[in-house]
Amino acid sequence: MAGDRLDEQAMALRAVKEFRDGMVVNLGVGIPTLCSLYVPPDLDVIFHSENGIIGFGPVVTDPAEADVDLVNASIQPVKPRPGMAIVDHAESFAIIRGGRIDITVLGAIQVSERGDLANHQLPGKAVGSLGGGMDLAFNAKRVIVLMTHTTKDGQPKIVRELTQPLTAPRCVQLIITDIAVVEVTPRGLLLRELVPGWTPEEVQALTAAPLQVPEDLKVMELL
Amino acid sequence: MAVNKVVSSFDEAVADIFDGAVLLIGGFGGPGECPSYLIAAVARKGVRDLTIVGNSGGWGAKRIHELRERMASIFPIPPDWYDPSLLVERGQVRRGILAFPAAPGHMLTPFEEAYMRGEVELELVPQGTLAERIRAARAGIPAFYTPTGVGTFVAEGKEVREFDGRLYLLERALRGDFSLIRAHKADRYGNLVYRGSSRTFNATMAGASRVTIAEVDEVVEAGELDPECVVTPGVYVDRVVVRPREPRPWHEPM
Repeated sequence: MAGDRLDEQAMALRAVKEFRDGMVVNLGVGIPTLCSLYVPPDLDVIFHSENGIIGFGPVVTDPAEADVDLVNASIQPVKPRPGMAIVDHAESFAIIRGGRIDITVLGAIQVSERGDLANHQLPGKAVGSLGGGMDLAFNAKRVIVLMTHTTKDGQPKIVRELTQPLTAPRCVQLIITDIAVVEVTPRGLLLRELVPGWTPEEVQALTAAPLQVPEDLKVMELL
Repeated sequence: MAVNKVVSSFDEAVADIFDGAVLLIGGFGGPGECPSYLIAAVARKGVRDLTIVGNSGGWGAKRIHELRERMASIFPIPPDWYDPSLLVERGQVRRGILAFPAAPGHMLTPFEEAYMRGEVELELVPQGTLAERIRAARAGIPAFYTPTGVGTFVAEGKEVREFDGRLYLLERALRGDFSLIRAHKADRYGNLVYRGSSRTFNATMAGASRVTIAEVDEVVEAGELDPECVVTPGVYVDRVVVRPREPRPWHEPM
């Protein structure tokens, strides 16, 4: 019997552990936006959002603090923060294209064993939305995918070959899911961490590409 | 005669928009940065076969109404938010050049529904490429190379060229007939400042069309805007029109 799956908050908490002081970090739509809530007060991360705000604070949880003119790329109100800067959309993407994003955390529909990313068109939909995800996936120094390990009906989202439309080839370096952390390497997928209660075999059974299990496989720590 | 770009009404501001025009519509997808009254004026004018260019094709009146009720406790959504979906729902749009036409999840936007009915065409563009194509139009640059999209559907039919060991796509500038943008303050020269995250595509689109029309909260005396802080110089702006002091929800029968 496999262990429990992490909830969205715990997944965000795990992703935040990749952040370091001074890093410029862009959070994609969905679960990744939760990361802004879990940055420890002594960690000085500069959040960048496609709509041109740089160095903003966490998502607002008190409606009295919400400002319609200070929203992140998911159109959630965020708090201002000392040291914040605001630019227009072309400049915002000059920052992205110019290679200034240290980490982007993106959601995904599928990731292949080579790190190919599909994240812009939901299965069954006629129209996709690229948003800023394609620019981020092509140009960020490090692309981390934060997603559930399987679809709502239990299908693996980590696959050998994408069956959904390609957003960016060979870009994903780390996959954080609700049951494991998987690193994409030139030699294939490495199972780096397990959520407590899960075995490598159970994670492999929900993964449609081979996972290598290194000797230093860890149990995931959130704090 | 003294320069004065301020016009007295939204209907006057959009009077020369014509059937088939290419409209660069500012904003990102939220209410704060949306040129709502200009969009409503284009809807009233009833021009058709428009090409809309922007991040989103809008959420739709029904979805905005739902959001307003659901978000009321965390994010007050103003009653006078009209996004590009108003034009889509009224059948005025023939084509969209957009980065975010589809709603997240399985909800459908009016643009998606119109696309599925075969009523609109779509050019789906990465957001950064869209912004740079618009900036290039303003800057008089006809085309540029970007790495974004190489090896994906975005590259179809485009020149790919290698620079310093990396592959890039040739993308063309995207010039509009009219830019409809939202700003915070203006003076009679058309100098603009923005507020917070409402700068976004609004400042990018200023000057990228034959005619740029800015919807602003307030017009101040020339000299009141600190020249060090002007974001969009008035040379990019043709008309300025002031939003009503009190929100004016539009109840015109559709």
